[in-house]
Amino acid sequence: MWYMALMLRLASFTTILWLIAYGLGVGVNTPIVFAASQVDVFTFNNAEEEARYRRLIAEIRCPKCMNTNIAGSDATSAQTLRVAVHRLIVQEGKSDQEVLAFMQDRYGDFVLYDPPLSGKTWIIWLLPISVGLVIVGFILRLLRQSKDVARPDLDLTGLDPATQARLKDIIQDQ
Amino acid sequence: MSFYIPLGVFALIVVVFLLGFGLGNRTELPSALIDKPFPAFAAPDLFQPDQILGRAQIVGRPALVNVWATWCPTCAAEHEMLIKITERADVRLIGINYKDDPTKAIAWLGQFGNPYDLVLVDDQGLLGVELGVYGAPETFLVDPNGSIVYKRVGEVNERIWQQEIKPRLIAMSPDVVHGLDAASR
Repeated sequence: MWYMALMLRLASFTTILWLIAYGLGVGVNTPIVFAASQVDVFTFNNAEEEARYRRLIAEIRCPKCMNTNIAGSDATSAQTLRVAVHRLIVQEGKSDQEVLAFMQDRYGDFVLYDPPLSGKTWIIWLLPISVGLVIVGFILRLLRQSKDVARPDLDLTGLDPATQARLKDIIQDQ
Repeated sequence: MSFYIPLGVFALIVVVFLLGFGLGNRTELPSALIDKPFPAFAAPDLFQPDQILGRAQIVGRPALVNVWATWCPTCAAEHEMLIKITERADVRLIGINYKDDPTKAIAWLGQFGNPYDLVLVDDQGLLGVELGVYGAPETFLVDPNGSIVYKRVGEVNERIWQQEIKPRLIAMSPDVVHGLDAASR
């Protein structure tokens, strides 16, 4: 059946996509560890501050470790950054944006899992989009091709009328 | 024609993987602080804890600011080199004792020698955060205007001194580096 071939080709294509995504994505913007690996003793003025703290330490990448957020790392620098985030929120009353800007000013784009679009980072933004466009184009082409294959003009002229009739029957059944 | 599609995809994967794996050693981050002013701070002096030091104690002359701790093995390894640098050049060496115990730090300097003009206490590591420090040792070269011109993450050794620090010091002011060592460049 025509769509079987299409499914097969799509399946192998998905594998390829995974490989590309893996090659591009690992180390760029996926925090692997979400769980806090260490319990710090911090006090907060209210639950909202604590929630913001938890969200921010999950969002800031540990500069010492390649792909862990500061919530999930036992590295001393991660622990220090948690202290700094706590201080910025509780004592200095900074907003989320200000805390992230503070970290970015001192540690660079690396500490943000969601890096800004800039001269240095355009490739990690544009590459997935362009790969996506290529894939959409490819799938559209596959679909068109598959339809062409599905309605072949069979040349039945050389066959006797009974066989012709049977073959047409079979094709229409499908 | 359809032969070229898998070939092209394969080539794309090869290129992506080559790029990805070719990035090599990524443990050293580019510093966000190069060409930025050394941050303002208030930190106690290691030897006179009631005396609070600030940025004014660093600017004015070329300075090397070295983040160190007694718990850091690489700091012990580079200590000899720091002593040599203070002998070779007229550069102020400022220590930041990072997340350490001041008593241990004083004993350590007594044992291995103290090349520092000043040692600041950063027991919580928050001055380190201001400087984008993520491990010890880290060393910053600060020009007389108080701008950070260079940062070294890891050991300062002979090669780093000769290739990275000395040329920048000479560029700041040619007579900072003493005769013999300046001539050997």
